[in-house]
Amino acid sequence: MGGYILRRLLESALILLGITLVTFVLLYLVPADPARQIAGRSATAETVANIRDQLGLNDPFFVQYFRYLGNLLQGDLGRSYLQRAEVSELVASRLPASLLLMVSAIATELVFGLTIGVIAALRRNRMADHSLMIFSFVSISAPQFVIGILLLYVFAVKLGWFPIGGYGTFAHLVLPSVTLGFLGAGWYSRMMRSSMIDVLGQDFVRTARAKGLARGRIIARHVVPNAILPIIAMIGIDIGLFMSGIVVVESVFGWPGIGQLAWQAIQRVDIPVIMGVTIVSATAIVIGNLLADLMAPLIDPRIKLK
Amino acid sequence: MTDMPGPAAPARRPRARLSGTVLGQLLRRPRAAFGLAVIAIMVGAAIFAPLIMPHDPFEQSFDGLTLEGAPLPPGGAFPLGTDLLGRDLASRLILGTRTSLIIGVLANGIAVILGAGVGITAGYFGGWVAGVLMRFTDLMMAFPALLLAIVLAAIFQPSLLIVALVIAMVNWVQMARVIYTETRSLTERDFVQVQRSIGSGHLRILGAHLLPHLLSSIVVFGTLGISTTVLLEATLSYLGVGVQPPIPSWGNIIFENQTYFSTAPWLVFFPGLAIILLALSFNLVGDALRDILDPTLKGRH
Repeated sequence: MGGYILRRLLESALILLGITLVTFVLLYLVPADPARQIAGRSATAETVANIRDQLGLNDPFFVQYFRYLGNLLQGDLGRSYLQRAEVSELVASRLPASLLLMVSAIATELVFGLTIGVIAALRRNRMADHSLMIFSFVSISAPQFVIGILLLYVFAVKLGWFPIGGYGTFAHLVLPSVTLGFLGAGWYSRMMRSSMIDVLGQDFVRTARAKGLARGRIIARHVVPNAILPIIAMIGIDIGLFMSGIVVVESVFGWPGIGQLAWQAIQRVDIPVIMGVTIVSATAIVIGNLLADLMAPLIDPRIKLK
Repeated sequence: MTDMPGPAAPARRPRARLSGTVLGQLLRRPRAAFGLAVIAIMVGAAIFAPLIMPHDPFEQSFDGLTLEGAPLPPGGAFPLGTDLLGRDLASRLILGTRTSLIIGVLANGIAVILGAGVGITAGYFGGWVAGVLMRFTDLMMAFPALLLAIVLAAIFQPSLLIVALVIAMVNWVQMARVIYTETRSLTERDFVQVQRSIGSGHLRILGAHLLPHLLSSIVVFGTLGISTTVLLEATLSYLGVGVQPPIPSWGNIIFENQTYFSTAPWLVFFPGLAIILLALSFNLVGDALRDILDPTLKGRH
């Protein structure tokens, strides 16, 4: 177990190293002159050249890359080209909003997904099951910006139950969380349904039934807790979906998180910020995948670590 | 003898024969049949777009705006209403079907070829080849897909081909992993070992002996992949880094008109519905294909 964890940690570190290189190469190819951006349109050629020199943009590619990597290892993500701030400060100031949104989206997708999955499994092959499964298919086929805008239209513009966008109160949190969790609710409902059906067919359920336990009690005490376990282990994998989702959801709802930060940085070609957010997101995804792999055997001892 | 169940017996044969083909089995499942019907209608709309579009999709019609200059709601001469520039929404949606399908098929085709190629090569040769290829696949898995696609789209000037390539670059990974795992287990089986021992060339083993076994997975994940591709294209176009106006795409129609969504919701509702219907259809068909072609996979209940 210890050896396995060590190996996985090492692998994760290598993957992150690879990601810094790939991102750096991609952003190196972006056809924009950062020095010109910083200096502004009216700056003289000399000023621009000075700024290029200061930023070390005249150095060979690998000199620039290893300088960046050296700084990164000391926790320094560089400075934004356009905002007078450290990238790490920008990310740190935006991270709490994104984390709040993601935690709330996880809660949303679990509540909806698990409930739908349980009902569908108990009503298997009946009307309720068919309608719920069609709903889950729709939810994995709907782009987040469409869901977001439609929710805004119905619940903010027409009904006025929630604010149209922004950040601050619980009311602001509801629609973005539902939008971000909508896709996951579809996946979880399908997984929960399969998992429930698996457990319902097992011997201990038959035993419980044979000894005369009430149906409701069997389901609440024996079936659901066992069926949930393999699904809880998947939560780590969601982080990958969320890291893409927040770019769209935060832009639709004006949510001040790292997704919005990334999107604004991409529009203004603020390379250090794009780089920083990509690395932070990738780290989160790698940690999420690692947690999912490590949690699976803890939750279900039949799964062995390879 | 009048109550003998006569019709039941002969009815069995044609049904059995029909269920022999994959298409027949798809059509017997209501969800998959619905998906196939939607796909057929959309393909038809894309091919015959010039014949069925009620108006010129690029014409900024004077009659297409109210006196105050606002877009027209659905009804009358413009069945689905008009957009901010007074263009007929129905015609733009029909032409947008082409964009979605072309990118869906093209991007997914590239992703399937790339993913299956990487998976087969890594699984068959194993060793350091697999090490390098699969580590690279792991790396791509850890990338936030949408950020990567946006950065790629920002580097290159977005054209239809570039958008397709960008989407393919982020979407091949899933296929590579599935095919890698399957090829590895196939490679250890006797029939491949026999071919190797009698001196068959690598290409012959890969093409004639491994590929046929992998075909069902490629078809299943290829179909499901079109859905992912359609959604990613819509999202990129919605963010303004995908298909560029004036070429209509369902995503960029929403992008162009979203500031008006509270007064002109049809400009979000109809394109959104089109995206969901197309992505849903490929998901339904892909899911049914998974049941039909590969009964060993999970999720059959």
